[in-house]
Amino acid sequence: MDRLRVALFITCFNDTVFPETGKATVRLLERLGQTVEFPFGQTCCGQMHFNTGYQAECVPLVRRFVKVFAGYDAVVAPSGSCVGMVRDYYSRVAEVSGDLRLADAVAETAPRVHELSEFLVDVLGVTDVGAYYPHRVTYHPTCHSLRLLRVGDKPLSLLRAVRGIDLVELPAAEECCGFGGTFAVKNADTSVAMLADKVRHVLDTGAEVCTAGDNSCLMHIGGGLSRLRAGTRSVHLAEILASTESDALDGVVR
Amino acid sequence: MSTAFLGMPEPRPPLRGHGHLAGSTPFPAAARAALDDTQQRTNLRRATATIRGKRAAVVSELPDWEELREAGRAIKSRTLRHLPELLLRFEKEFTAAGGTVHWARDAYEARRIVTRLVRATGQREVVKVKSMVTQEIRLNEALERAGITATETDLAELIVQLGHDEPSHILVPAIHKNRSEIRDIFVHEMAGVDSGLSDEPRELAMAARRHLREKFLSARVAISGANFAVADTGTLCVVESEGNGRMCLTLPETLISVVGIEKLIPTWADLEVYLQLLPRSSTGERMNPYTSLWTGSHPGDGPTDVHVVLLDNGRSAVLADEIGRQSLACIRCSACLNVCPVYERTGGHAYGSVYPGPIGAILSPLLTGVEANPTLPYASSLCGACYDVCPVKINIPEVLVHLRGKVVDAKRSRLVPTPEQLAMRAMEWIFDDPQRYEAAQRLAWLGSAPLARGGEKIGALPPPLSAWTSARDAPAVPSESFRGWWRRTRGEVTE
Repeated sequence: MDRLRVALFITCFNDTVFPETGKATVRLLERLGQTVEFPFGQTCCGQMHFNTGYQAECVPLVRRFVKVFAGYDAVVAPSGSCVGMVRDYYSRVAEVSGDLRLADAVAETAPRVHELSEFLVDVLGVTDVGAYYPHRVTYHPTCHSLRLLRVGDKPLSLLRAVRGIDLVELPAAEECCGFGGTFAVKNADTSVAMLADKVRHVLDTGAEVCTAGDNSCLMHIGGGLSRLRAGTRSVHLAEILASTESDALDGVVR
Repeated sequence: MSTAFLGMPEPRPPLRGHGHLAGSTPFPAAARAALDDTQQRTNLRRATATIRGKRAAVVSELPDWEELREAGRAIKSRTLRHLPELLLRFEKEFTAAGGTVHWARDAYEARRIVTRLVRATGQREVVKVKSMVTQEIRLNEALERAGITATETDLAELIVQLGHDEPSHILVPAIHKNRSEIRDIFVHEMAGVDSGLSDEPRELAMAARRHLREKFLSARVAISGANFAVADTGTLCVVESEGNGRMCLTLPETLISVVGIEKLIPTWADLEVYLQLLPRSSTGERMNPYTSLWTGSHPGDGPTDVHVVLLDNGRSAVLADEIGRQSLACIRCSACLNVCPVYERTGGHAYGSVYPGPIGAILSPLLTGVEANPTLPYASSLCGACYDVCPVKINIPEVLVHLRGKVVDAKRSRLVPTPEQLAMRAMEWIFDDPQRYEAAQRLAWLGSAPLARGGEKIGALPPPLSAWTSARDAPAVPSESFRGWWRRTRGEVTE
């Protein structure tokens, strides 16, 4: 296979709040022999605008996205929900805009956008990425990766191949953690009631680390765990998959 | 400015629905109160988990479940495309079979028609088959005002009625009550019940049976809804578990059925699809115990005076909504309620509508217009569990987001924008330019650093984000963004 031209879609949230996830994604993809480009024109996919009802405000962001990421063989993002936004809802935004050329550009670019675990398993065809992570870990399948992208057990197959990991099953794993974007603020009480059960299930596993493919859900679960001083942290899947024995020797803890 | 008269009357916008479709308390506030009811939380957790498990088991038995769902969706979609013709066909067949068809544009008209029909019989008591649509139009209250007593005969509806309560679930209206609470209601409200009644389900059912048997045998008028109306044959169909419906549909002389216009299906054969989808999705049974079908009236066989009230109450407005119209395919199975993590915690009353849960969060604002129901489209984390179980594949998250757009659009004409509008516009302006975006990243770091007090997490944010930190820490924004790191370590910049 010819070398793929791969772009990293970092997502505004990871770029600003969780840069370590981005660095880990780059390290991981380069370790697997990929050359990763980072187009600086990228900003935000517009998911928050779209899901909160600001569809008109989303149009310029969709235009920007398809322009910035045109021409790549693959666009990889360490976020199930941002990829879900692009793949499942960009066509709707294009429809709202009434711009047929935008609709064409979306149809061209959106199918090339992959969530990290999909890219690794489906495009690169690897499950053992050579990672080492000697911790007890439980995996939360985020709603958008599960029910929009249908990533299935791809993240779990990647985790199972990690050396040193003690992977434990999360009870009621498929239930939403209660994040839901602006839902977490607009309906904070209900969101917290959902979080309480998710946190309980995470703690029931005795895991040291709760992982997922989306830092937004992890910020929610991790924010609850941290507030309770529960002694369990949240770590993005990319950071686990990027970890190696030499990190451990260097004293890097993720 | 005047417009030229083209000889056509100006089309009147379709009427909006009213009745029990919108609450007076916004969802977040109603939910907050409901979340504190620990007894209800426990009852709902237990009940929804049980039904979820039963549904999952019987659905997994069918190898063609996905094809059935697709058929269920397709038939309803076709029905909605041809609704006017199908309604006229139904009217023709139902009338030819000896029934009388009435048309009601809204809840008010439907209540007036039913009240008039009951009055014409001279009766003061009616028995009722469980029906969502009569709850939607608040029929019982209207009958009561006219001096007519309506008795609910479905066990759970009876519990709700005796308890002066409101239904909180489409299939199991008393799901928020446990058996000891039901026992208390029976002892206090059911005439002739021994105070020694236990909370054993069988004893409770027997008490209700004794109470209802008398009503069935004396009632001359029954009121029902319908699960399906077959256009081809003019047949109405009610599916149920208890047999109380069968009693109401066969014993009285007069039968009045209130039926939403979206209940139509084109042909008798289409029932095959829905009679598989509905029981498995709703009660988690392979087949419901009672399926009653009737076509007009037949001398010596059941009610002789048979009426149907075909109700719009906002449905035409929903049909006019390109994305929203798929909601009219709903067969009221309530599978979406049982899997919804929001519904499981808040219960049905918080939605303020007789249609709660995910389907209610779209159907209620679609029927009333978003102005009357502006918080329901936001009563979801968009987790998508509802769409996965829907037997007619209603894309509930898609409709929720569509309705959120309508809520936002309704506020656009205001002179003073809302704080949320200002924030969203500012974010759009920032995200539309990488330089502005990078400047905002630095500002976010500057703003976050003092809140984090040198640490990595923030315990308290200012409003409106204080709603987040009420129960969750927030991460501090690091000093170097990902793009800052890339530029520093790689130097290369791809635009």
